[in-house]
Amino acid sequence: MTQFISLFTTAVRFGSVIMFGAMGEVLTEKSGQLNLGVPGIMYLGGICGLIGSFLYELHSPAPSGTVGMIIALVCALAASALGGLVYSFITISLRANQNVTGLTLTIFGSGIANFFGASLNKMAGGVGQISVALTSRAFRWTQPLTDGLGVVDKLLFNYGFMAYLAVALAILLSWVLNRTSVGLNLRAVGENPATADAAGINVTKYKYMATCIGAAISGLGGLYYVMDYINGTWANDGNIEALGWLAVALVIFATWKPARTIWGAYLFGALYWLYNFIPGLNRSSQEIFKMLPYIVTMIVLISVSLRHKREDQPPMSLGLPYFREER
Amino acid sequence: MEYAIEMRNITKRFGKVVANNNINLFVKKGEILSLLGENGSGKTTLMNMLSGIYYPDEGEIFVEGKRVEIQSPKDAFDLHIGMIHQHFKLVDVLTAAENIILGLNESTLVDLKRVKKAVAEICDRYGFVVEPDKKVYEMSVSEKQTLEIVKVLYRGADYLILDEPTAVLTPQETRKLFSVMRNMREDGKSIVIITHKLHEVMEISDRVAVLRKGEYIGDIMTSDTNPQQLTDMMVGRAVRLNIDRPQSDAVSERLRVEHLTVTDIEGVKKLDDVSFTAFGGEILGIAGISGSGQRELLEAIAGLQNEHSQGTVTYINNGVEMKLTGMDPLDIIKNGVLLSFVPEDRFGMGLVGSMHITDNVMLRSYRRGKSPMLDLKYPHKLAQKIVNDLEVVTPDIDKIPLRRLSGGNVQKVLVGREIEQSPTVLMTAYAVRGLDINTSYTIYNLLTEQKMKGVAVIYVGEDLDVLLELCDRILVLCAGKVSGIVDGRNTTKEEVGLMMTHLGKPAHEEAKA
Repeated sequence: MTQFISLFTTAVRFGSVIMFGAMGEVLTEKSGQLNLGVPGIMYLGGICGLIGSFLYELHSPAPSGTVGMIIALVCALAASALGGLVYSFITISLRANQNVTGLTLTIFGSGIANFFGASLNKMAGGVGQISVALTSRAFRWTQPLTDGLGVVDKLLFNYGFMAYLAVALAILLSWVLNRTSVGLNLRAVGENPATADAAGINVTKYKYMATCIGAAISGLGGLYYVMDYINGTWANDGNIEALGWLAVALVIFATWKPARTIWGAYLFGALYWLYNFIPGLNRSSQEIFKMLPYIVTMIVLISVSLRHKREDQPPMSLGLPYFREER
Repeated sequence: MEYAIEMRNITKRFGKVVANNNINLFVKKGEILSLLGENGSGKTTLMNMLSGIYYPDEGEIFVEGKRVEIQSPKDAFDLHIGMIHQHFKLVDVLTAAENIILGLNESTLVDLKRVKKAVAEICDRYGFVVEPDKKVYEMSVSEKQTLEIVKVLYRGADYLILDEPTAVLTPQETRKLFSVMRNMREDGKSIVIITHKLHEVMEISDRVAVLRKGEYIGDIMTSDTNPQQLTDMMVGRAVRLNIDRPQSDAVSERLRVEHLTVTDIEGVKKLDDVSFTAFGGEILGIAGISGSGQRELLEAIAGLQNEHSQGTVTYINNGVEMKLTGMDPLDIIKNGVLLSFVPEDRFGMGLVGSMHITDNVMLRSYRRGKSPMLDLKYPHKLAQKIVNDLEVVTPDIDKIPLRRLSGGNVQKVLVGREIEQSPTVLMTAYAVRGLDINTSYTIYNLLTEQKMKGVAVIYVGEDLDVLLELCDRILVLCAGKVSGIVDGRNTTKEEVGLMMTHLGKPAHEEAKA
């Protein structure tokens, strides 16, 4: 039982990180933009949130966790949206290749984050690691009302607020995409921009908005990782990049549906950490288990291709630039 | 008298090409106007200026007597002008209802109930059948077209433009379309139908306006005219081109096509039971409205349509017969059949735009090499020869990518390469499309030269004047069927024109139907 609770909660916390990344990317890809810069954007969100709260905690005479949390959120959202804006400008306005631009953004994001991460660790005193304890505590705060519920509390009500925010955002995104006019227009842009254009939809505006908002959401994944998952510290270990690629895989696994990223993310989390709960594994055989999320994604890809259901396919003009002249 | 729509002195140019020259056209309220003309006569271009796709270089547009500027499709909607394009503008994964309200932003939340009710009203009024919850990718072509019309009506269109709406429809579907068009006319809507099918013009329209090569020829009430007169207006008087046409004395059977039928992916017959013989020492012209099966015919012979074709193609050389049916291009080459093909799509099928002349020439000859290294000398020599013989203007044959050359020079390279294979059958599709007069004559002379060498030349063309002066015989295709084969020296433009539009040879059973 304890093992199950432990696996379940680990899966939820791990899953929340990639759920943010995947949701943002779903929104972006629905506009036809294939942003492979998700890992880089998650790095940007993580490091900028950390820098903001670190400087606040360092310079404020009486720092408060709530204020630190707000600063971290604002910094993370702004930085990752800015990453999305740069990507949008290069791919939409300058019509550069989306794959190359996205991969460059990943390299840029991880480079800049690890550079500042290492510098912060040095600033924090050299010996130990940087820690924004107050802010991190605010992120990890759990409401006390359900403390008496035992197992139920441990399984469902024992997470920082961002884990719930992820689920709420996924449901909200799903609703916007499927029920509102804006969502309908956005889907049309990603499927067939020429048709959308002829119907009077501003294709460029939709692509910019979806990419920037999508990047902001993805960036929250990096922030959640830094503040909650590793308790407000920093390590130059490349974990965020690995998680970013998992988020991209999750987009495919969820067949571009935000609601499916919820259980998909938790499933990925459970599969990823499964090795911890299987006795008799050594360091090398652990790695085989860590491959499971990718294998599941491949199985989904194959089965989706075989079933060939149009609703499960990527947006039709995904990755293609749009020129109005070419009617 | 105030017209629903009036276009005054409209001129539109694309680069040097004048697509529409000083055109005056009006549409009355509650009428169906046919806009008639051959391919490339500027019908669609003219209408695209009403629907906001293009903007005229010169001239004015009036709607209900008021001068308007139409800069985008949205401006056209606002003026209640709706155009149904040949290529539908629909999103495949969305439902009919979702496509109808796309981009309108009538409410924050998508209210499909209200849309469905409005759509049902439109359908009842004009006799459409639309299933609002059906996804577009599950629809037939005719259903998609209906959806396009309903979409335009839902947006409040009073003036509808239909661009060759019957091209993709079966006769039954066409009849249904015509009946809803009549219902819309009764309701006071003005309709322009772009077409080149004369019997449809006679059946559906109140008035006909004719365009030819970008010029406005005139308009006439349908009740006052007949197909013969309309054909004359459409093709115009014959122009003398003075293309040299010597007669070859060594004419022999070279290619025999029997009962060739090609079906496309959607099950539509693109070629229907086509039989003919091509002779060495003659130019066989293929005439027909574009999309009548010309492309499929050449591709089927070249071995590119094996999956979809039935019938036999027999190649005869020095009395030896060989069946080409079922062979792909490589098989054809391996069997020693010297077949050259200048396809319609130069950069898609014929050449690689980012490679230079020598590399493009090598595409046809790299198999000669025995070593793993490329032999660059031979193709370079050949490229130099083509450039010299055909006067291709290029700064360097080994450096400049082909795409940077002008259309005429690109075509010379392609034709030159194919001729250098010393073919016994040479097929060309629209070999002079987009070329200036001089280059065109160069190509005509090259083809005639090949004919005199005993090559069987098949020339698919669109300009009837050229076909009449260049070809020894002309095969006329109409909707995938052979309308007839006529002698190029003894036929007239009118005869070929009528055969292209179904009304030609009395022997052809389609004409009676």
